[in-house]
Amino acid sequence: MTTSSLNDQPTRRQAAMAVLSHAATAEIAGHLDAIAVPVHEQLREPENGLVMLRGRIGGDGAPFNLGEATVSRAAIRLVSGEVGFGYTLGRDREKARLIALCDALIQTNEFAAAVEVQVLTPLRARIATDRQRKAAETAATKVDFYTLVRGEG
Amino acid sequence: MTTIAEMPAGFADKVLSAQSTFRSVMDAMARPGSVQRIEAASGVPAPLMRGSAAIALTLFDQDTPVWLDAKMAATLDVAKWIKFHTSAPVIADSSVCSFALIGDIDQLPALQRFAIGSNDYPDRSTTLIVQVPSLTQGPAIELRGPGIDGTAVLRTQMAPDLLERLAVNHALFPRGIDLVLVADDAIVAIPRTTRFVAKEG
Repeated sequence: MTTSSLNDQPTRRQAAMAVLSHAATAEIAGHLDAIAVPVHEQLREPENGLVMLRGRIGGDGAPFNLGEATVSRAAIRLVSGEVGFGYTLGRDREKARLIALCDALIQTNEFAAAVEVQVLTPLRARIATDRQRKAAETAATKVDFYTLVRGEG
Repeated sequence: MTTIAEMPAGFADKVLSAQSTFRSVMDAMARPGSVQRIEAASGVPAPLMRGSAAIALTLFDQDTPVWLDAKMAATLDVAKWIKFHTSAPVIADSSVCSFALIGDIDQLPALQRFAIGSNDYPDRSTTLIVQVPSLTQGPAIELRGPGIDGTAVLRTQMAPDLLERLAVNHALFPRGIDLVLVADDAIVAIPRTTRFVAKEG
């Protein structure tokens, strides 16, 4: 493994997490079907738990406990030794498992490209389209308040 | 030194495995001296035994400090495995731990070094999980007390003076130390109410 790929890896995994956590379980599973997933075991069985969300008023006030959110997590180890972790909001254990599996796969040399092409790219495109559509819908409801400015002149 | 890539896994089926292990420990505590089996399968870091690994995965959590004896703490494997799978803090001070994992019964420290609870909270005591070579062979020990109809016989290789040391449980009651003996997948519990009435050769 070269130095550059070592430096890239955290960034690559973070980028993958950003996509996977916004995708639906069925989508990830559907795209993963195209890849011959190697033998793996569940280092940590998928489980649900709570995390405390902390907030700051105005973004820079004193931190306070906002409330708890449900989180699912899993850890998967491939037969070749790579360990992938999956954390996601909500109680969808299968999603946490799939995210962990993807995380493990993108650390391998042989599957990284396949996951990038087969799973991450289509999901990224789909999420970007959705976001654009929503932004366009929201933009259409924009109201300009310039008429409310009292015209003195 | 283990990396996470080599760490043994936890229970394959967390809920059912933890339930069946809990049942075995409860039955063992309810009938002191009886040998119970642990059926749940999990990864086992050396030098833990299957039974003690299952008990750890079932009973340990972030609120139960765990103390390891010298044999268990010889490598970081056990401590890291416990931390990863149960989130239990592994501490160096045995007097405040909820559980103590003892790999070498001959080196068992003085029982005064463990928590014995208070009269108001006798449950805040240490439960010793002690690994022994066998629970079917060795000198016979006669047990008596709640949960035993008459007397029960336990055969195991315990340190000879351990019986005398456990006699502090008489004087301390309701405080005291509970003991779980583990040999591979077999367990025997000796709660603080159990008395050793006689010892044969």
